[in-house]
Amino acid sequence: MSATAPVLDMDRLIDDRRTRIIVCCGSGGVGKTTAAAAIGLRAAERGRQACVLTVDPARRLAQSMGLTSLDNTPRRVDGVETGSGGSLHAMMLDMKRTFDEIVEAHSDPDRAAQILANPFYQSLSSSFAGTQEYMAMEKLGQLRRAEEWDLIVVDTPPSRSALDFLDAPQRLGRFLDGRLIRMLTGPAKTGMSAMRVLNAGFAMMTGVLTKILGAQVLKDAQTFVTALDTMFGGFRERAETTYRLLQAPGTAFLVVAAPEPDALREASYFVERLDAERMPLAGLVLNRVHKSPAGRLSAARSLAAAETLEAQDKPNEPGDSPPDYSIAAAALRMHAERMSLSKREARLAGHFTSAHPAIPVAEVVAQPEDVHDLDGLRVVGTLLSRQGS
Amino acid sequence: MTTRDTDWDGVRLHVVTGKGGTGKTTVAAALALALATAGRRVLLIEVEGRQGIARLFDVPPLPYEERKVALGLGAGGSGQGGDVYALAVDPEGALLDYLEMFYNLRRMGKTLTRLGVVDFATTIAPGLSDVLVTGKATEAARRRVGRHDDTHVYHAVVMDAPPTGRISRFLDVSTEVSGLAKVGPIRTHADTVARVIRSPQTAVHFVTTLEEMPVQETLDGIADLHELTGDAIRPGGIIINMARPAMLSEADLAAAAAGTLDSSELAVGLKAAGISDNHGLAADLMTELHEHALQVALQGREREELTTSGRPLYELPIIGEGIDLAGLYQLAAALRDQGAA
Repeated sequence: MSATAPVLDMDRLIDDRRTRIIVCCGSGGVGKTTAAAAIGLRAAERGRQACVLTVDPARRLAQSMGLTSLDNTPRRVDGVETGSGGSLHAMMLDMKRTFDEIVEAHSDPDRAAQILANPFYQSLSSSFAGTQEYMAMEKLGQLRRAEEWDLIVVDTPPSRSALDFLDAPQRLGRFLDGRLIRMLTGPAKTGMSAMRVLNAGFAMMTGVLTKILGAQVLKDAQTFVTALDTMFGGFRERAETTYRLLQAPGTAFLVVAAPEPDALREASYFVERLDAERMPLAGLVLNRVHKSPAGRLSAARSLAAAETLEAQDKPNEPGDSPPDYSIAAAALRMHAERMSLSKREARLAGHFTSAHPAIPVAEVVAQPEDVHDLDGLRVVGTLLSRQGS
Repeated sequence: MTTRDTDWDGVRLHVVTGKGGTGKTTVAAALALALATAGRRVLLIEVEGRQGIARLFDVPPLPYEERKVALGLGAGGSGQGGDVYALAVDPEGALLDYLEMFYNLRRMGKTLTRLGVVDFATTIAPGLSDVLVTGKATEAARRRVGRHDDTHVYHAVVMDAPPTGRISRFLDVSTEVSGLAKVGPIRTHADTVARVIRSPQTAVHFVTTLEEMPVQETLDGIADLHELTGDAIRPGGIIINMARPAMLSEADLAAAAAGTLDSSELAVGLKAAGISDNHGLAADLMTELHEHALQVALQGREREELTTSGRPLYELPIIGEGIDLAGLYQLAAALRDQGAA
C-alpha cells in the first residue's frame, strides 16, 4: 500500500440526520446506481425516511426495488426491515414528464399546449444530451422541497462525461442569455439602440440560418423560443435554486469509481471540479475491488509454486502414474493473478490518494455475482459500512 | 495485400458501442488496427470529446483533423500493416465543416459559433448535433481519392460511438431530424447520412463484458435498434471483452461451485510445492477457487444469453497489466483470428 486514505464512515454519514441529500456521481459502468440503492436501503433500515431517485437503472436492479414502470412518482419499496422506523421509496426519472410539468407550471394552459406541441420542444424534452442531467436535478429539488423524506439518494445520469450534470444549469442559463436567443426572439426584445447595430447582422444571420436550416425550421425555432421566453426567468431560477441546494450543508457528494485508470481519472477530475464549485464531497466509493483471503501468499511465490508443481506433474519413470497436482497448480496460478490484480488496483487507488490525501475512501469488494435483489443490496450496504476490517 | 474473407466484408462504417466500463474505446481501436492490413488506410473516429483514443495510442490530444496515430496489424501478425488515422469529432467542428463543404461559409460559421449556434444545436436540438457528427463519419466512409479516381480514401471507418443506451437514437438521424425539419437543406443532409447508416455498408458492433448488466444492455440495445429502425440499421457482432479464462476442468469447476471439491488434493499439492498451510491457507485458496467457479459459471450463463441474439460473438481476453499499444495489437490479432476483421 502506498498513501493511506482516511476511511469513509458510511454509517455516520447516513445516521446523521443533518444529511438530507446524497449524490452519487462517477463515470458510466462503475456501479453508481447499485451504490445509491444500497445506501438508500441501509439508511432506511437504520431508521431514515429514504428515497432513492434513479435515472436509468438496469432492469433487474430496478426490479429488485420493485420499480416496474417509469411513472415519475416515488413508490414504496416492499421487503425493507422497518424495525427502526425507517422506510424506503424509490423512483425512476421520467425526463419528458418532468419537463412537461415544468412547462405547465410556468405558463398558462394555451401557451403550455403550444410549447408541448412544438417539434423543437419534443426533440429537446425526449433526447438524452443535457436534458436528463437538468431534469434529474430538477426532480431532486422537487423531492427535497416536498419534505416527505429526510434523506434523498440520487444517482446521476450516465453522461458522456460525469461532469455534465453540474454544467447543465449553467449551460441552460448561458443558452437562455445567449445572443442567438435574442435574435430569434426578434427586435421586440432588444432595445432600439442595440437594434441599429444588430439590424444588418440580424438580416444576414437570418439569411444564413434559413439557408442552412430551412425556413420552416427557423420559424419553428423562433416560435418555440418566443413561447418559452415568458418562462425563462422561472426556468433559470429553478436551475439556480437546485444548484445552490447542492452546495448547501446537508448535501453530501459521493464519487463512485472502479479501481481502473479511466474511472479513477474521471473521479479525480470530479473531485477537483466539486471542490472548485464548493460542493460538499463526503468521499470516494471504490467499487469492485479485488482482495484475497490468502493475501499472505504473494503473487511471486504463488506463481513459482505453481510452476514447481507443474514440473512435478510428470511421471518420474515411464509407466508410473504421476502425482495429480492440477487443482493445487490451478489454485496457485489463480491466486497469483488475483494478487497481481489486487496489487495493481491498490497502486491505482494509491495514486488517487496521493493526489487527494484528504478524501475519505470506502472500498467495496467485488462480488462474484451481480446484485439483483434487496439481499444483494444489503450485502453491498454492509460492505460499504464495514471498512478496514 | 490479402484477400481473406472476414465476417464484415463490404462494411465500410463500423460503429462500436457498449455500456460504460466495458472497454468500448479499446475495442474500437483494436478493430481499427485489425482492419488496417498492408496497403489499407483506416480512420478511427471519436465522438464524445474524451480524448480516449489519444490516451490509448499515447499521442497528444487529437485536434479536429485526421491524423496518423499508428500502423495497422501486419499480415500473419508480423510485418507492418496499413495506416490508422484518428479524428476527434465535436459538434462545433462538424458544423464548421458542414458549412464549408456545402456552402463555402467557414467564416460565417465562426460567427455562428460565437453567437451561440452550437449551444443552440446541442441544447435545443441535440438531434441536429448528432446529424453533424454522424455526417462527418459517413462523409469519411464515402470519400473518394479524386474526381477521376473513385478509390475510397479509407478502406474502413471505425466510430467509437456513444454508449449502448443512446446508440439507436444517435444513429437514427433521419427520424430525429424529420421531426424538426420536413424539408430544407439540413433535412437533405440528414437523409444522405441516413442512407449510408441504413445500408449494408454500416454495422453496429456491441462491446460487453460477461456480466449481467452489460449483457442485458447489449440485448436491449440490439432490440431497440430493431424496434426503432426495423432492420434498416444493421447490428454487427457482439464483442465480449475482458473474458476471464477458466483455470479448472469442467468437472472440477462444478465441484468447486458446489463446494464439494476435495480440499485434501489442494493441501497435498501445497505441501509438494513447499508451501506450509499456515492459518488455513488451503481453506482460503479453496474459497478463491469457489469464487472463481461461480464467476466462470456466471460468464457461461451470460455467454448463453448473448447467443440468443443470433449475432456473431467474438471474445477478447483480459489484459492483465492494463492496455498499452502492445495490448491493443494483441486484441487486434484476436479479432482478426476470429474473423471480425
